[in-house]
Amino acid sequence: MLLDIKNIDVLYDDFQVIWDVSINVDNGEMVALLGPNGSGKSTILNTISNLVSHKNGSIHFKNNLISEIPTFKRTELGISHVLERRRVFPHLTVMQNLILGAWHPKAKEELSSSLSKVYKIFPKLESRSSQLAHTMSGGEQQMLAIARGLMGLPKLLMVDEPFLGLSPLVVKDLIKIFKNVVSEGISILFVEQNVRLALSMADRGYVLESGRLVISGKSNELINNEKVKKVFLGS
Amino acid sequence: MISEIILQAMVTGLMMGLIYALIAAGLSLIFGLMDIVNFAHGEHLMLSMFSSFWLWSLFGLDPIFSIPITILLMAFCGVLTHYFLIRYILKAKMLIQICATFGLSIFIRSIAQFLWTPDFRNIDKPLLEGRLEISGMFIGQPQLIASLVCLVAFILLYLFVTKTETGLALQATAQDRHAAEILGIPSDKMFAIGWAIGLGCVGVAGGMMANYFFIFTDVGINFALFAFVAVALGGFGSIIGCLYAGIIIGLVESLGGLLIDPSFKLLYVFAIYLLVVIFRPQGLFGRY
Repeated sequence: MLLDIKNIDVLYDDFQVIWDVSINVDNGEMVALLGPNGSGKSTILNTISNLVSHKNGSIHFKNNLISEIPTFKRTELGISHVLERRRVFPHLTVMQNLILGAWHPKAKEELSSSLSKVYKIFPKLESRSSQLAHTMSGGEQQMLAIARGLMGLPKLLMVDEPFLGLSPLVVKDLIKIFKNVVSEGISILFVEQNVRLALSMADRGYVLESGRLVISGKSNELINNEKVKKVFLGS
Repeated sequence: MISEIILQAMVTGLMMGLIYALIAAGLSLIFGLMDIVNFAHGEHLMLSMFSSFWLWSLFGLDPIFSIPITILLMAFCGVLTHYFLIRYILKAKMLIQICATFGLSIFIRSIAQFLWTPDFRNIDKPLLEGRLEISGMFIGQPQLIASLVCLVAFILLYLFVTKTETGLALQATAQDRHAAEILGIPSDKMFAIGWAIGLGCVGVAGGMMANYFFIFTDVGINFALFAFVAVALGGFGSIIGCLYAGIIIGLVESLGGLLIDPSFKLLYVFAIYLLVVIFRPQGLFGRY
């Protein structure tokens, strides 16, 4: 098991937003975290990155307990997190953004080979390497954010709402890229609101509602599940 | 004759402006990095002048030799400021942050008055003395050297921030702290580095000015105010903006003093500030 989350609770001050959630991700697996607005999907990714801390339960990564490890040390362990709304560094160039993605010593060593690898996956980034990030389109920024995440040589790539605001064509490209990434043995855990889209690409899915896990299972089982339909359509 | 006087005033203004620019760059760096305004910036400048003074008075070290020590002391002071004060107010409300650094300024000034009295001091017979005469203009040697050293320091700062890996990480932290943290860049450490460099800049300026300026506990107040004007004029968070703004302020101060009335020197500078706030609130090179 690559990532193993057991029975965590998360509180913002006194307000509990995650209740007793358990999630796991295996090596080379693509897992979708589904749920309507405000169901706590992003919070779970942020908890895995320790941007928010959890009460109770445990988070194991590669069989080591990582609950107490600070955010900035997690890339080194092999966890890359692409935040919601891309969050590229707007006033730095594409190249500088990518260099910053390879911050820990091991990633730095591999910098040039990672760069050429990332440029192969996202050819557009190479031609724009000296362009400032904020001058690029939303789709390109999303590509950059994911590329930056890959520069840290992750075993687990977490992507928060990767398709938000992207054109169908770009979404198609991204799906292909995700599948390539997974085929290289990197696991992907992503958050998505579009159930049909998410389940069409993921191996498994977890469905959250109001901070509680409602149902989980293989994508093809979930896609026709009545309970899933109820969560998203309210019927 | 008139043109010579104007030229003289411009050179004087330019030299002062380069010093203002470096002081402002320190302020701008800290602000850009963590959105905290160092209201104790003037007091830090005062401390660096006193550092120069005491190293001369107690150990006989001339300011030009003691400047590396002053820079290191100020950088260390910056790190301490971060770990003992700023760290605790990073997530606090803005009013609390203002009170914290403003309180720090009062604290430092009062301690300085208590320990060293409010007397005016100066360094007697420093190595840099006298003035040069260049085609009819008189240029004070310590002033000239001070401004050149500040310019060099400014260029080094700029190269550090834009060309080095740590500088890149500083920029990243300034632009999006959480995104940087998530890539493995510890913002706490970056903030400490920012404070060290910010106050290091002040150390250079203060250490060089100790050669020719009176040293007293309130000396930093006007410099800090000018630094605020420079940061606003240059654009919040823009380091290169500080250079232009510092020079503009130096020129306005000295030319305004010459052409209109020297007793209103400060007024011209603050008039510029008001004009900027009204007509171009993002400053010359600002992003916000």
